[in-house]
Amino acid sequence: MTKTIATPRPPDGSVPGSGGTRGAALSATGVGIRFGSFEAVRDISLDIAAGEFLCLLGPSGCGKSTLLSAMAGFVPVCEGGLAVDGTPVGGPDPDLGMVFQSSEALFDWMTVRQNVAFGPRMRGQSRAARAELADTYLGLVGLRHCADRFPGQLSGGMRQRVQIARVLAGGPRVVLMDEPFGALDAQTRQVMQDEMGRIWKASGCTVVFVTHDIDEAILLADRIAVMTAGPAASVKAVYPVDLPRPRDPADPAAAELRRGLREDIGEEVRKSLRDQGLDLEETR
Amino acid sequence: MTTVTAGTSATPRPGRRPGRRTGRATAGRLRAAGLYMVSVLIGVAVWQLLAVTYGSALVASPSETLSAARELAGDGTLFNSVVASGRRILIGWGLGLAVGVPVGLLIGQIPLVRHLLDPYIEFFRFIPPVAFVTLAVVWLGIGESSKVVLIFYTSVFIVTLNTSAGVMAVNESKLRAAASLGANRRQILRCVVLPSTVPHIVTGARLAMGNSFLTIVSAEIVASQVGLGSLIWTSRNYGRIDWVFVGIITLGILGFVYDRVLRVAASRVLSRYGVKL
Repeated sequence: MTKTIATPRPPDGSVPGSGGTRGAALSATGVGIRFGSFEAVRDISLDIAAGEFLCLLGPSGCGKSTLLSAMAGFVPVCEGGLAVDGTPVGGPDPDLGMVFQSSEALFDWMTVRQNVAFGPRMRGQSRAARAELADTYLGLVGLRHCADRFPGQLSGGMRQRVQIARVLAGGPRVVLMDEPFGALDAQTRQVMQDEMGRIWKASGCTVVFVTHDIDEAILLADRIAVMTAGPAASVKAVYPVDLPRPRDPADPAAAELRRGLREDIGEEVRKSLRDQGLDLEETR
Repeated sequence: MTTVTAGTSATPRPGRRPGRRTGRATAGRLRAAGLYMVSVLIGVAVWQLLAVTYGSALVASPSETLSAARELAGDGTLFNSVVASGRRILIGWGLGLAVGVPVGLLIGQIPLVRHLLDPYIEFFRFIPPVAFVTLAVVWLGIGESSKVVLIFYTSVFIVTLNTSAGVMAVNESKLRAAASLGANRRQILRCVVLPSTVPHIVTGARLAMGNSFLTIVSAEIVASQVGLGSLIWTSRNYGRIDWVFVGIITLGILGFVYDRVLRVAASRVLSRYGVKL
C-alpha cells in the first residue's frame, strides 16, 4: 500500500437539513508541543476540510491526545499554529467541542437534560430555547427517555452519548473526540460506532477522532492520519478512505487498507516498545 | 407448563412477595440496633463496676448520675446549659462555615490567594483554641462573643482546608468541558467547581462540628455562667462529681444528635451532589 499524502476530498454522504454548512476547516501548520523539556509532538501539518471526518490513529502515548487538546485550546502550541477557518486557536471555544474518553467529564449533579442544556445555558439562551435544543440533541443520540435521570444511573455507552449530545448542543463547528469509546465493551463500542456515523452525518460538523483501533478508523473516517510513536511524534502518513458509506468491513478494499495500516502502526508500536526497553525481534 | 397456585412457587419468580425484600432489610436494621443496645448495656455495666470499685468520690455510678441529672433538670440548669452551649456551637460553627467555604473556594481556585493565605493557615491551625482563651476574654470580654469566636476559630480552618482540597480535586475534564462549552471563569466556579466541592464541604462541616464540641468546654472555662462546659468546670468547686458526669454525658448526647441531624439533612438535601452519609 503506497503511503501518499492525498489532497483532502469532500466527505462522502450528504448532510441533509440541520447544519449542512456547519463544519469548519481546521489547519495545523508545523505544530510542536512541549512540556518543559519533554517534546510531545513535533512539526505536525494537517489540513482538515470542513465537514470532514478525520481519524488520528496511533499507538498509545504517541501524543495524539495532546494534539487534540491543543486543537481544543486546552494546551498551548509552542511552535507553528492551529487555526479554525483561518482564525488561530487561542483557548477553549464553543466552536471547538470536545468529547472526552472518560464520562467523568459529565456533571453528575445535573440531570442528563441539564447537562445537554449546559452549553446553551452558558450562552445565555432562554429556558424554552434550551429545553428545545436539549430535546433535539437527546433525540439525535436516542436518549430522550432518560432526560431526567442522572449520569450516575446510566451505562457507559449512554453516558458517552450524553457527552456527544452535550457537545453538539453547544453548537460547535469542530467536534474533537478523544477515544470516546475506548472504555466501553466491544459490543457497545460497535453499536456506538454505527451511531457515530449517523450522528456525524446529521450534524455536519468536522470531526477529529483519536483512536488506536484500526477497524474503528476504517469504519468512520474519510481520512486516517497515522502518527509515529512518541516522543516528538509527527504524522507518518495520511490514508484516504475511498470506501462507500455505510462502510462494509468485509469489503476487500477495507481489508487491504487494514493490512497497510496494521503494518504502519505495528512498526511504530514495536519501535515504541523497544525504546521502553522491551526486547523484540528486529523483524516480525 | 406449570400451574401457578396463589402463594406458593417452586422456582423463584422475578417479582417476589414484596414483604420479603424489605423484611430482610428491616431485620438487618433491627439487628444493628439490637447490637447497639447490647453494647451500650455492657458499657453501663462496666461503668457500674468501676463506680463500685473506686467509690462515689471518684466515679459517679449510673444511678447517681441519673439522679443528679434529675436534680439539674428539675431546677432548669440542665436545660439552660444545653441551650446555651448548643447555641454557641451552632453560631460559631455556622460562622465558620459562612467564612470558610468562600475562602476555601478562593484558595482552591486562585493561586495568588493560596500563596498569600497559606502561611497563616499552616501556622494557626496547629494552635488549639484553648491557647486563645485568655486572649479571647481579654479582647472580647466574658460575654458570648469570646466563646463564639473560639468555636468559629476552630471551625473555620477545618472548613477552609476541606473546601480548598475539594476545589483542587475537581476533575480536570469537567473544568475543560465547561470551558469549551462557553463558560467563563465565574460560571465555571459557580456551576462546576462549587457543586463538585459539595461533598468535601459537607465533610469539613461535619469535622468542624465535632471540633466545635471539643472546643466548647475550653471556651466555657473562664467566667461562663451557663453552659455544659461551665457546668463541668464549676461542679468541681462544689465537689459534685455526679454533676460532672451529667455534663459530660449530656455533651456527648448533644454532639451525637447534632451530627446525626447534619448527616440526615445533608444526605437528603444534597444527595444529587454525591453526599452519602
